[in-house]
Amino acid sequence: MKKSILPLLPMYLFTLLLVIAPLLYLIVISFMEKGEVWGVDSAFTLANYARIAEPAYLNTILFSLGMSAAVTAATAAVGYPFGLFMSRLKSDRAKSVLMTLVILPFWTNALVRIYGFIILLRGNGLLYKLLHLLGYGGDSIAFLYTPQAVAFGMIYALLPFMILSVYSSCERLDRSVPEAARDLGAGKIKTFLTVTLPLTADGLISGITLVFIPSMGLFFISDLMGGGKVVILGNLIKNQLLTSRDFPFGAALSVVMLALMVVCLAVTGRMGKRRKHESEAKN
Amino acid sequence: MPKQKKVNFEKIYLAAVLAFIYVPMLLVIVYSFNESKLSTVWGGFSLDWYKKLFSNRELGAAFKNSLIVAFSSSVLAAVIGTSGALGFRKYTGAVNSAAEKLAVFPLMMPEIITGLVFLLIFSAVNIKFGLLTLVIAHTSFCVPYVFMVVKGSLSQLDDSGAEAARDLGASPARAFFDVTLPSIFPSVMSGTLLSFAMSLDDVVISFFVTGAKTNTLPIKIYSQLKVGVTPEINALCTVIFAVTLVVVALYLGIGKSRGQRR
Repeated sequence: MKKSILPLLPMYLFTLLLVIAPLLYLIVISFMEKGEVWGVDSAFTLANYARIAEPAYLNTILFSLGMSAAVTAATAAVGYPFGLFMSRLKSDRAKSVLMTLVILPFWTNALVRIYGFIILLRGNGLLYKLLHLLGYGGDSIAFLYTPQAVAFGMIYALLPFMILSVYSSCERLDRSVPEAARDLGAGKIKTFLTVTLPLTADGLISGITLVFIPSMGLFFISDLMGGGKVVILGNLIKNQLLTSRDFPFGAALSVVMLALMVVCLAVTGRMGKRRKHESEAKN
Repeated sequence: MPKQKKVNFEKIYLAAVLAFIYVPMLLVIVYSFNESKLSTVWGGFSLDWYKKLFSNRELGAAFKNSLIVAFSSSVLAAVIGTSGALGFRKYTGAVNSAAEKLAVFPLMMPEIITGLVFLLIFSAVNIKFGLLTLVIAHTSFCVPYVFMVVKGSLSQLDDSGAEAARDLGASPARAFFDVTLPSIFPSVMSGTLLSFAMSLDDVVISFFVTGAKTNTLPIKIYSQLKVGVTPEINALCTVIFAVTLVVVALYLGIGKSRGQRR
């Protein structure tokens, strides 16, 4: 068959012109000075990166990283058992119903879902009333407009990604392997830690990247649930662009975010690779 | 009976997490039918907020914009992504894996960076921000979805039909439109629907590339949520849910008929 490069062209031209080239442009801009009124001056400078090292920005970035780490840990803690238990369901029908229920939020507008979550948490809202009925409470419980609220919002928004990713690797797990470990006398916890968890770790690892990376950028969740008091890396970038109109500094912050993303991918990639080697060595 | 107990615990856990995911969405739907203006009090069933919603010009315009953008970018992505997946099939080895990485690259980027990059590039070439910029940006993240879905179905496709058509003298175009396309069409549709939903869903990227006067629904909802909520938003969100449900139902329907044919 004749190889024609023609059908490939639109997609790759599109990706190259509209995604890769602009990304390089972004990196270039981050080394430029801000223009007097608008845009950029082409003078080379490292000032944008020096500014990131200022305590105000550095602390925000560290806070944002801490928030993302906590959110990722929490989604893993909630999502992993979900994916595992879902794969253990006996009926295929129940599995496919559950699958639909997990996918549905993924298709649904994230803002709409976050809005529902705000209604739930808001002062005098359902959760408040529920706690009141149970005898907790006082008037001063504030769920919203705290860093915790923002973290909950992110967990809520990103949980389906973790579940889907863990479920797909748990579904591939050969059930007879953990059963064999149990038959040979390993306890439940030991079986889980030495057999089930290592065999399903790729799902967990890819879930971690799917949650950690976007969580640094979800500025609308910190805006809406943090009431403007909680600032993450995404807010910093957004404000530089849309409020301060400082494109070069915004670009430098984005380069930092990309660097963090690359580090995250490298770490999780290495974890995945090492596991592969180990399992190959064992076989 | 210890085993029975364990199974129950797992089911309770699954139900509890699903409740965590769904209770907030159900709250929005319930309150959209609430007569009272206060979202904390139930004042009886009413459709008032829907009446208000449909007479609200601004929200109507935003809804229309969202549909235009979702439709245009998903159709564009269907053409670009499908042709990309078809061309991709002819290569093997290093070219193939490099091409695949490049194709799904837009999905790897954090949305905020994609948005920012488009903002920079559109300002640099001085395009007017509005529907056009929204469509271009949305197409960029829709293409990988179509590409992946179509690529998956092409990898299972038996190509002898198209080859037979070619041997019998059909032109490549004819062989494609009469033989190959009909057999991958369901997956093209699935990819397009997925793109449609992702476009309708997008907040972050739209936020950067929209014009001052062009609102899409998520942008409109975002700005309303920042200043304070009117119950119309509940009704609006419920309408968006309904649209999403229809799209998902179509998607699953296509998947099912594909499964049955096999």
